[in-house]
Amino acid sequence: MAKSSSKTKSAAKSRSRKPGLERDELLNFYKDMLLIRRFEEKAGQMYGMGLIGGFCHLYIGQEAVVVGMQAGLSDKDTVITTYRDHGHMLACGMDPRGVMAELMGRRGGYSKGKGGSMHMFSTEKNFFGGHGIVGANVPLGTGIAFSHMYRGNGAVSLTYFGDGAVNQGQVYESFNMAALWRLPVIYVIENNRYGMGTSIERASANTDLYMRGSAYGIPGETVDGMDVMAVREAGAKALAQVRAGKGPLILEMQTYRYRGHSMSDPAKYRSKEEVLKMRTEKDPIETQRKLILDGDHAGEADLKEIDREVKLLVTEAAEYAQHSPEPDVAELYTDVLVEV
Amino acid sequence: MPALSPTMTDGTLAKWLKTEGEAVAAGDVIAEIETDKATMEIEAADEGVLGKILVPEGTENVAVNTPIAVLLEEGEDAGALSNGAAAAAPSAAPVVEAVSAPVAPVAATIPAEAVYAGPTTRLSVREALRDAMAEEMRRDDDVFLMGEEVAQYQGAYKVSQGLLEEFGERRVIDTPITEHGFTGLGVGAAFAGLKPIIEFMTFNFAMQAIDQIINSAAKTHYMSGGQLTCQAVFRGPNGAASRVGAQHSQCYASWYAHCPGMKVVTPYSAADAKGLLKAAIRDPNPVIFLENELLYGQSFDVPTEEDHVVPLGKAKILREGGDVTIVAFSIMVGRALEAADALAGEGINAEVIDLRTLRPLDTETIVNSVKKTNRLVAVEEGWPFAGIGSEMAALMMEQAFDWLDAPVARVTGADVPMPYAANLERLALPQTQNIIDAAKAVSYRS
Ligand SMILES: Cc1ncc(C[n+]2csc(CCOP(=O)(O)OP(=O)(O)O)c2C)c(N)n1
Ligand SMILES: [Mg+2]
Repeated sequence: MAKSSSKTKSAAKSRSRKPGLERDELLNFYKDMLLIRRFEEKAGQMYGMGLIGGFCHLYIGQEAVVVGMQAGLSDKDTVITTYRDHGHMLACGMDPRGVMAELMGRRGGYSKGKGGSMHMFSTEKNFFGGHGIVGANVPLGTGIAFSHMYRGNGAVSLTYFGDGAVNQGQVYESFNMAALWRLPVIYVIENNRYGMGTSIERASANTDLYMRGSAYGIPGETVDGMDVMAVREAGAKALAQVRAGKGPLILEMQTYRYRGHSMSDPAKYRSKEEVLKMRTEKDPIETQRKLILDGDHAGEADLKEIDREVKLLVTEAAEYAQHSPEPDVAELYTDVLVEV
Repeated sequence: MPALSPTMTDGTLAKWLKTEGEAVAAGDVIAEIETDKATMEIEAADEGVLGKILVPEGTENVAVNTPIAVLLEEGEDAGALSNGAAAAAPSAAPVVEAVSAPVAPVAATIPAEAVYAGPTTRLSVREALRDAMAEEMRRDDDVFLMGEEVAQYQGAYKVSQGLLEEFGERRVIDTPITEHGFTGLGVGAAFAGLKPIIEFMTFNFAMQAIDQIINSAAKTHYMSGGQLTCQAVFRGPNGAASRVGAQHSQCYASWYAHCPGMKVVTPYSAADAKGLLKAAIRDPNPVIFLENELLYGQSFDVPTEEDHVVPLGKAKILREGGDVTIVAFSIMVGRALEAADALAGEGINAEVIDLRTLRPLDTETIVNSVKKTNRLVAVEEGWPFAGIGSEMAALMMEQAFDWLDAPVARVTGADVPMPYAANLERLALPQTQNIIDAAKAVSYRS
């Protein structure tokens, strides 16, 4: 009874609903962020059940960053990031089933089970990985940008890294070359305020990370990384600028991770209140939900339908992964070198 | 003919820019010379008059140090030339004496630690390491600990638990994630006389800093002719943990053991972890101290003596046996002991040696054991190529050839980056059964 009444209500409402692109975008963002959130929650569960091993770094809380940035990308553009990479892969359009299977070390995973959570790639989606060494992906992303410039293909390299990684020397070696050669790269610093247990204030002499390129003349901007619309806007502007050949840019995303650094981190270095405050006041999915409902772009029922779809995708992914066998033992010695 | 490049042995006198009798000032270009790399101008070193050209333009293959002209200084006249001034060739390169390179010195025998029969207490490797650091920090204010998450977080693997509380922020220092930087900083502090303990969250991340470790820490004592020292310990977990994938699972033992100028220590038990770490902190050299995450939680009996120090460079026979020698280090010692138990059940008495220090290597203990057993199985977690097992095979060739009854067997990690999948990871790491099989193979038993 309750169900049918809500349906009628939403059907009545949807007549007044705004059609068109804006609505699609708002709802897509909502769905993409929700997919990441639910996927990560599932991964956390699977880890607890011993189905995922090793390190597993969840992206919960930071969803707006990748979803907003991805919105402006063309299919030529490339993405590279760190070990906290599940969200980036889903945003790139990689199949949740393949990602989950890799998390479990199964044959059906993106790296045939050989890479794991931190080391996944998709050449098809121009996703250059998951990298486990803090800072190391920054020169790599710069090199991918170099390849774009070299080929003149008009593509941009999105290079993500954290507030902890910004202090690695190779980041600045990269900045210099990127500025010197005007490489088409956007450095997206995901400032979630902590590098493992160390707050940014305890690790960085200057915590305005968007300014870190100033010695090289690289412009930077700080962005509310908890607001997908703000990220999308900043991302689109940055992409246009870089595509116009103006050289590298830095976007500092002010964001937050809700969970511990990895599954084994009790996160005692911050207060429960701090986390709670972020979750209740800044949650990117809740914000988006409110935006959609308040703007009358869709009704509760539409969002419920999205929730349902997302849940199904995630359940399927987990099912698929659990039924995917472990890699064939012969895979131990494959892929070490390209066979010639 | 001047030497104009490090590799030049002779040159062509391409062109004279001054003629005989012409006055030249210091810095004037007097000739052009073609070397193996380029055409170079040469300048007069003194002022005077170009008295005589000894090597005419166009002459090829003029050996380095051959006089090419005579410059007359003020007061000298051309008549002096005939009196053999030309023969006053500049002194040639120093005479190289025909001596052969000296033989590398044989390290003095290191006395083994006294057999300890006193009371012991049960400690985990984690606690033993912490105690070693705490004791040395109490003993010497120059000792300090730095690394990522070592202070407030108490260590990413909780090895530095309680140290911040006891020693304060001055001596227990959280660094930013900047391995190359803080390692260089630590090495610099050591050059200036401090005694840093530099913790790597894991040794995988020391690769960011390996230049400072090898090029700065290990070589500077030599390069400074013995003036500078680097009393630093580089420590942290090494090798595979559990399913953390290729970039986080690697054994660096043979990498560091390859390099002169450092010591490399690889403890297994908690007692050795403590005693060796104390020795490492006191050693005036850079010491690479390779721990193992999977051993941190394992407990062993540790002497309660006040100052439990285990000398670096001394292996330990953990189990005596006459049939086959098994050498191992770090976590593989446990597997070797398990294998020895199983082998005993089949009538093969294995002697198990914990190498403990890889550099300097206690060759005497290994060779003496093989003289008794005539067989050697070398176990390591790292890759086979140019590994510690390869070094064991070379040692046997050089020092125990006549005593061997079978080729040396190596049990190593698979020659692939570490896979993540559980089944593949198991296959990539040496298991007890692999050691048993190898020991049987060298004993010609199946
Ligand atoms: C070179 C290197 N040093 C240390 C580590 C261990 N480590 C993994 S993640 C991490 C914190 C990184 O923090 P940040 O860059 O802020 O990224 P976040 O985890 O917050 O996404 C550390 C120290 C590593 N993986 N690589
Ligand atoms: Mg961070």
